[in-house]
Order: sequence, then C-alpha cells, then structure tokens
Amino acid sequence: MTLDKDYLEYPNRRAGMDHDLYDFSMLDRRPNVTWPNGSKLALWISYSLEFFPLDQPAKPFKAPGGMVTPYPDLRHYTTRDYGNRIGIHRIWKVLNKHGLKASAAVNSKVAERYPYLINKINERGDEIIGHGVDMGKVHYGGMDDAEEQALIKESLGTLRKASGQPVTGWWSPGKSESWNTGKHLTANGVEYSCDWGNDDMPYQMNEAAGNIWAMPHGDEIWDRTIIMDKKHNETEFVEEIEDAFTVLYDETDQYGGRVLSIVLTPYIIGQHYRIKYLDEVLGWIMKHEDVWSANGSEILSAFKEQA
Amino acid sequence: MKPDLELYDYWPYEGRPKITWPNGAKVAFWVAPNIEFYELNPPVNPLRKAWPRPSPDVLMAASRDYGNRAGHRRVMDVMDKYNVRGSVSLNIGLIDHHPELIEEAKERDWEFFSHGIYNTRYSYEMDEAQERAILEDSLESVMKATGQKLAGYLAPALTHTERTIDLLAEYGFLYSCDLFQDDMPQPINVKSGRLISMPYSLEINDIIVYNAYLGTPRRYGQMIKDQFDQMLIEGADCGNVMCIPLHAYAVGHPHRIKGFEEALEYITGHAKEDVWVATGREIAEYYYENYYDACAADIAARKGG
Repeated sequence: MTLDKDYLEYPNRRAGMDHDLYDFSMLDRRPNVTWPNGSKLALWISYSLEFFPLDQPAKPFKAPGGMVTPYPDLRHYTTRDYGNRIGIHRIWKVLNKHGLKASAAVNSKVAERYPYLINKINERGDEIIGHGVDMGKVHYGGMDDAEEQALIKESLGTLRKASGQPVTGWWSPGKSESWNTGKHLTANGVEYSCDWGNDDMPYQMNEAAGNIWAMPHGDEIWDRTIIMDKKHNETEFVEEIEDAFTVLYDETDQYGGRVLSIVLTPYIIGQHYRIKYLDEVLGWIMKHEDVWSANGSEILSAFKEQA
Repeated sequence: MKPDLELYDYWPYEGRPKITWPNGAKVAFWVAPNIEFYELNPPVNPLRKAWPRPSPDVLMAASRDYGNRAGHRRVMDVMDKYNVRGSVSLNIGLIDHHPELIEEAKERDWEFFSHGIYNTRYSYEMDEAQERAILEDSLESVMKATGQKLAGYLAPALTHTERTIDLLAEYGFLYSCDLFQDDMPQPINVKSGRLISMPYSLEINDIIVYNAYLGTPRRYGQMIKDQFDQMLIEGADCGNVMCIPLHAYAVGHPHRIKGFEEALEYITGHAKEDVWVATGREIAEYYYENYYDACAADIAARKGG
C-alpha cells in the first residue's frame, strides 16, 4: 500500500493561510485599540441557552453536551434542561450583583419553547445572538446548502421575532460551520461569528467567509472546557480565569485594549456548588480599574470605529 | 510488521560512562517550541484522519491557528526574558505560510529542526521515495530560508515508517526526537552513518499535560520544576537531558503562560554548573564530540545487560 501522489503535493503552500476564508495576521503587529473611557480590558461574558432534543441525531456528529445513552437518555436531557430552568437564574443573579452585561446565545427552539427566557433576557438588557435552531442541528462541511440556509433563516427569524432584537451575532451549535456558513450569515444580517477561536481580538474575515467579523470567543475560558473536559475543580477554574485576566490586562500597556471572553453554560457553572466561584472571580475582576463590561456587539462596534 | 525494529540495544542505567555537560553541568536543558501548520482541508491518510469533524473543522483548526496568530508572541517573550534560545520543531510548510515567524526565530539565533511538512500530513503508508521527498524538502527549505543545515527531526505528528530512522542517518541528521526510551542521548543502530536519540518528552509536554493528564496550567509548571529537581539529583551521577516541548496553541493562552514562565524562571535561576541551557544541535554536537564513542563502546560491551 502506498499513498496517492497528491499526498505529497501542496497546491496551497503559499504565503498566508492555505484557504481564502481569512488572512493571516500576527496579533502583536496590529495597531493598538482603545476601549471606551480609556478602559484596558473589555470583559465579554456570554452564556448559552440550548435545547438538546432527546432524539438528537449524530449527523454528522453530536454537538458537545449531547445525548449519550441509548434512547431515551432522560438523564442528559433533563440535566441540560436544568440549566434553562435553574442554572441560568443563578448566573443572572451573579451578573446583576456585579453590574455585568452579557451576550446570550440562544437556540431558536428555546425561544419557541420557553418565551419566558427571552423576556428575562430582554429585561436584563442582554444581547441575543443566534445559536442555531437546536443542538441536534449542527452546520458542517458538505451539508446541503439549502438546508443550511433554511436553518439560519429559521434561527434568526424566530429569535428576532421573539425578542425584537436585531440579532447580529452568531455562535453555531458546537462551533461547527460549513464552508458557506459565513456567507449565509452575513446575507441574513449577521455581523459577527463566535465560531473562530483563533485570536484574542476581533478581525474581519474575507469575502469567502462573507466578510463576517470573527470575535475572540475561544473555547478555552469556557466552563465546558475547563470543568467538563479538563476536569479542573472550581478553585482551579477561578485561578485560570484570574491568570488569563492578569496576562491580558498587563499586555494592554504595550499592545492596547484586549478582550477577556468568559463563556458560561447554565447547566455547568449554574450548579449550587459552583456558582459562588463565578461570583468570586467576577468580583475579583471588577475590583480592577479600567475594566469595561460589554456585550459582543458593543465590543465590535468600538473596535470597528478604530479599524 | 516486526516485533522490534531493533533501533537501539538495551542499555542499563547503572554503570554508564559518566556524562558531564559544559561547565560541569548535570542537566543539559533545551526548549523545543513546535511551530506548526495544520491544513484546513488536507488530503486523507488512510490510517489517520486529520480532523474529527468534516472539513472545515473550524473548532480544531482555529485552535491550532491561535498559536501562530496570538500564542507564539507570549512564548517568545517569556523565552527572551529568561534568555533561552528555542530549538524549533518546524512544520516546513510554515516557512512559506508564515515567514514572519521564521524571521523572528532567526533574529534570536534559534535552531530549526524538521517536524515534517505539515502536521496534517502523516508518514503512514509512505513509500521510500515519498519519505525521502519529505526529508529532502525539509533540508532544502530550511537551508534556503535560514542558512541552517538541519540537524534534528521529529516526525510530523509522530508518524513513522520502518525506515524513517535509517533515512535520517543517511541524510546526515544528527539527532532524532522520535524515541523516548531514555533520559540521555543514545547511539542508534542505523544502516549507514551515525544517529542519536535525543530526549524530547511526552510527559512534560504541554499537550500531554493539558489534554491527556488534564493538568491545570499551574500543575504543568510544577511538574516541570519537579522533573528538573529530580534530574539535577540524578545528573550528579550521569548528566542527562531535559527538554520542554511547547505548542503555542496550548501554552500560549493567557491562562496558561504563567505556569510555563514560573518553570523557566526556576530552571534558569540555577547555576551554570548545574544546568547547561542549550539547543538540540548544541547538545548533539557536544555528545558526538565527547561521549558518542565511549557510549557506543559501552553499549557494545554490555549488549543486553
């Protein structure tokens, strides 16, 4: 057995990336930006409100957090639902205590099933960003193009109607995209995507990606990654966020404004025994001067004014 | 397939010729930042998929790209701060994609060694001509971009064939990072020329600590310090080699870089009679000049025990 000849051919070996979706750029070589009121660090908190269907298909894979056992997996279905019923209230309480804004990534099925949550989000003034239809409908390379466009329209249409918000941000279920997701999103009025965690600052992608803005919404400072995937305990979760904050905060003197993105999952951080650690770390962050609590749209808009 | 490629002989730890590094140092210490390029839509190797999801695997590809765009700067800043030159485990294709990174490493007199063309092209099922092409491409591209004659090799994504190690010796490589059987360099049995295995690490490797051991960033730093302490003790009997392999897409994140910095501060805070901070090539050259023959003779004399 041997490999095909093309395995040693490199048609995209060239300066920059090996695709056209965005250009390469080293973070430290870009112009410094300043956040409103001379703030050093933009604190971007986002949380997700998700519906995991009991009959979640594995097409072509299950989004993280999905069903595990043979059908009916009531254990995972209900533990996820716990976040929408109980966990989110604990998160909101902590955010209110510290006067923090947030972006709420919402499956449109959640808006249909639990309009109560949309009203609460609007009351708090959180920005709603599109999060697909539900966690059983991932976007992926090779999917039917018409199907993807229909999913995007359904998600955005439902969320906009239910909330009255413009919904200009997007986070694909499982952070998974097709080759066309960016183009379809901007064609439907979306300005930024949370799917590309390859930077610490916003950057604009190319025409092949619909010129969408990629926001620094990484998969690292995320309760799912630190607590569920890496199995770190709550104290370690706090320490890692504090370390991230300190490093970014200190960098601002040389490199200008930075973004600390903290991504929260109500059924994870919203557990009784965990919520006080979120309270602790956010309180610690807000003791610092020059921290700007903002949602994704506000951060992008301040960034674009200077870009 | 064979039960053993017989790349090296069993060589008991006790009673080896005593190794002392320059200044009498007990530990030769080197740092190997992997600077990697992962293709978004690579051709498929029949034995290993590049990405778990269908292309474009945005989640995984973006996480790798983070290292080159953002993380690398932090790694390089920390290494500058403690005066540690890197030995770059380089996906050779990156010379074309991101010459900026190559230039910065060159300015610091860092060494480059080959880590294949891309971390998304695996050696499995390559025929001999294909594998030779990888090595020739590596040698030519690095010479052209940096003026360095490649000395070291770490197979892309640690994918090998039965002939990989022999080919390295034939092409004049000095060391291979592909073998993990020892804490000291060891002469390798090759068909022609000479080759040594160079201690790299799949233990205090950021990827292994974070993803396999699920270690926290601070624990990673503590593990490195603990390993160094133990090596310093054992190095009084026979000098050994400690490598910290790095991946900017992992250790270069804001929540992780402090663990690495603490470890580097600790190690470089030791006297030069304890630790020799060097590059892979420097360690290999010193070993060839001073210990290769004695070690090869000892191995031959003690064959199997």
